[in-house]
Amino acid sequence: MRLVTALIAGGLFGAGLVLSGMTDTRAVIGFLDIFGAWNPTLAFVMGGAILPMALAWRLAARRPCSLSGQAFPTRPNPAITRNLILGSALFGAGWGLVGLCPGPALATSLTGGIPALVFLLAMGGGMLAAIPVRRPAPPTSPVRT
Amino acid sequence: MLEPEWIAGLLGGLMIGTAAALFLLANGRIMGASGIAGDALDGTDRGGRAERLVFLAGLVTVPFLIDRFLIPVVSHLTPNLALIAIAGVLVGLGTRMANGCTSGHGVCGLSRLSLRGAVAVAVFMGSGAATVALFRHVWSVI
Repeated sequence: MRLVTALIAGGLFGAGLVLSGMTDTRAVIGFLDIFGAWNPTLAFVMGGAILPMALAWRLAARRPCSLSGQAFPTRPNPAITRNLILGSALFGAGWGLVGLCPGPALATSLTGGIPALVFLLAMGGGMLAAIPVRRPAPPTSPVRT
Repeated sequence: MLEPEWIAGLLGGLMIGTAAALFLLANGRIMGASGIAGDALDGTDRGGRAERLVFLAGLVTVPFLIDRFLIPVVSHLTPNLALIAIAGVLVGLGTRMANGCTSGHGVCGLSRLSLRGAVAVAVFMGSGAATVALFRHVWSVI
């Protein structure tokens, strides 16, 4: 059951990325290109994606756990950390350079040829390089040690 | 007037959000691409490895099938492999340091009114816009 819903969610995410145009790096760079021919499509994508998810969070707040029995994720530590700022700045730079973020990079991994695979390998390398910088998951609200 | 690509963006966005809603309500998990891929890659996930791998399988194969049988998936990715490698490392490192990317902090964080998510989105969009401004309009590299 959990595997089936995970497969559907992954597939729907991939299909949504294709339909929305987010697998086209030109559209993504066009959104970030505020001094050029600005393309606002990504704002519509983000708005469209936030709507069902906002409903989902409301539903989740009323239920003890997910349909699979797995607990809902607790709110992360709200602190605005150095890693959050620095990491997001580095991510944004890479995103702006070629127009790929992790979702579309995975979605185009079988259709983008060698360049897409090089990006995926480099992204995996960057993720592994982040291990020493990542702190263990911060304790969430009710847990105190 | 709405351009056709904006409407496609909105519809595609609704699908992305529905996928995220399903993953939350059915599996109790945040649909963040960098978190799912990163946790599966470095083994820091506490359980749920199989569902992450299955999620990734769906994410990778459905666009491939769309490309094969419906419409071509054109990414217009730059052929500059050095630039791609640098960008890939930055995206992988940055999203793991920040614990999220466009889907995790953006779709899942903003819809939860998370301050962390909003800060992350503001920083990566600002950084992305600054990068495009510099590399396209100042140095003409991209």
